[in-house]
Amino acid sequence: MSALLSVDNVSKRFRGLVAVDRLGFEVPEGCIYAVIGPNGAGKTTLFNMIAGVYSPDGGSIIFDGERIEGLPPDRICRRGIGRTFQIVRPFPALTVEDNVVVGALLHRHDVTEARTNAREVLRRLDLYDKRGQRASSLTLPDRKRLEVARALATGPKLLLLDEVMAGLRPTETDRMVSILKALNVETGLTILLIEHVMRAVMALASQILVMHHGAEIAQGMPADIVRDPAVIHSYLGAEDI
Amino acid sequence: MIARLTEGLTPRALALLGLLLAAALAAPLFAGDYLLTVLILIFYFAYTGQAWNIMMGFAGQLSLGHALYVGLGAYAAASLFVHFGIAPWLGLIVAAPLAALAGAFIGYLAFRFRVGGVYFAILTIAVCEFARVGFDHLGWTNGSSGLFLPVKQFSGNDLWHLRGQPVMFYYLLLTATIAALVGCRLLLTSRIGYFWLAIREDEEAARAVGIDTFRYKMLAVVISAAMTSFAGVIYAFYYNNLFPEQVFHISRSVEIILAPIVGGVGTLFGPIVGAFILTGLAETLTSALNAVGVDIPGAKQVFYGVCLLSVIVVLPDGVWPWLSQRLGLKGRGS
Repeated sequence: MSALLSVDNVSKRFRGLVAVDRLGFEVPEGCIYAVIGPNGAGKTTLFNMIAGVYSPDGGSIIFDGERIEGLPPDRICRRGIGRTFQIVRPFPALTVEDNVVVGALLHRHDVTEARTNAREVLRRLDLYDKRGQRASSLTLPDRKRLEVARALATGPKLLLLDEVMAGLRPTETDRMVSILKALNVETGLTILLIEHVMRAVMALASQILVMHHGAEIAQGMPADIVRDPAVIHSYLGAEDI
Repeated sequence: MIARLTEGLTPRALALLGLLLAAALAAPLFAGDYLLTVLILIFYFAYTGQAWNIMMGFAGQLSLGHALYVGLGAYAAASLFVHFGIAPWLGLIVAAPLAALAGAFIGYLAFRFRVGGVYFAILTIAVCEFARVGFDHLGWTNGSSGLFLPVKQFSGNDLWHLRGQPVMFYYLLLTATIAALVGCRLLLTSRIGYFWLAIREDEEAARAVGIDTFRYKMLAVVISAAMTSFAGVIYAFYYNNLFPEQVFHISRSVEIILAPIVGGVGTLFGPIVGAFILTGLAETLTSALNAVGVDIPGAKQVFYGVCLLSVIVVLPDGVWPWLSQRLGLKGRGS
């Protein structure tokens, strides 16, 4: 398996604060990769550098064989990286379906064609029955799935998910987990997720990177990560897994 | 294309549309001179409102300087006619790109340097003010003394030179309004339209789904400016005189945005409904007051104020969304 995304020696500073410190990892094609760590570990900063919101102060980000660090978010998306927002940002006045149509229009010029595609995506995300509602009328779990649907409609090779499980009840988390798993298995989509909910991480990820104070403290298979003393000390603590 | 135009419209909506169109076409047969001038004004504001709505209602960019594009269109076509006898339709070939260029200039400055919201609005006012002062001192257009088009008693209607009776201008503006309505509907149901709405709703999220927001905001400004300039050409040839202090005045810009706000920002029929309410009722009010022998200066302005206030308080989405629901008409964006 070759790496679809490789982050090499990437750093980001905000004034005196080093948010991400010479971080490197590789996401193999077709895998589900999770980044975990305590609050303030620099996960979202890392995420935003990959998505093009920030450009790194050093290091390189290579996606699909090409360097992408410093490119603006819209160009990153057109290269094949879809993203969700930690605090969901649907287009509130548009219907659920039209939200997804916007995404589907990225690589399609015909609206009817985009609508057909959007409906397929909505079915996958269990939102088909709510397609006529305004996005602003959705509940949080539905909005979270709408974020994924909209990103998915852009036809990404890599899907970046920024805490899509946050704020979900366990049953909703399981629903999201099974949707994401099915996506990965059936379409071969590569997923990079930043997550706090260990239940979801353990169920989904085939590889995990643990960050603390902007740097890596562990990297590896889920089973090894949860037994790593450094990880238990700085992040997992006494949490029961 | 026809299918896309009528998609989502109920038979009832189509019937109502047909009826309104027939009434508008037949209106000059029954309307007197005064009513005709009022109708001309209504369609002028419906058309310019529609053009402004592309920027604000679709792409979410607040322009408070649309008089700039009216003025540029008016001055370009009128001066070419006065100096070289060039027909306004040919003048439009200069006027529309000129206005589009001015829009592109404002858009480039704002969108490149991330000037948004109220600051963008202030920039549009500023450029319009520059134009007002500039034209005040531009010798070629006769500066602040005003540019006058040669007027004589027209017996017939010369559509090519736009010399003729008010009825000609009425049909011209009616056609322009319908064309704008059709054009806007096609735009709104196309890829561009979806991208505009996405930008209006959440620009950062729009970029995250791959939309080149700079490009699509520029498109909105350029299309809106070019469309507005055509209203300027008609303005010049209808009134036959142009003063920078009048055409570029900020109150002209404000007038343009009132109809879509009252009718419903971002809706297709909002600008038309708003123009009928504001201009129609204001003129009725004035003539009713005159009829009973009361002459209150500024009554119209007070009426505008009351209209705006009540719409903002009672129907913050505008009259059209409420009205279309009442009439049992449904359909996206209509």
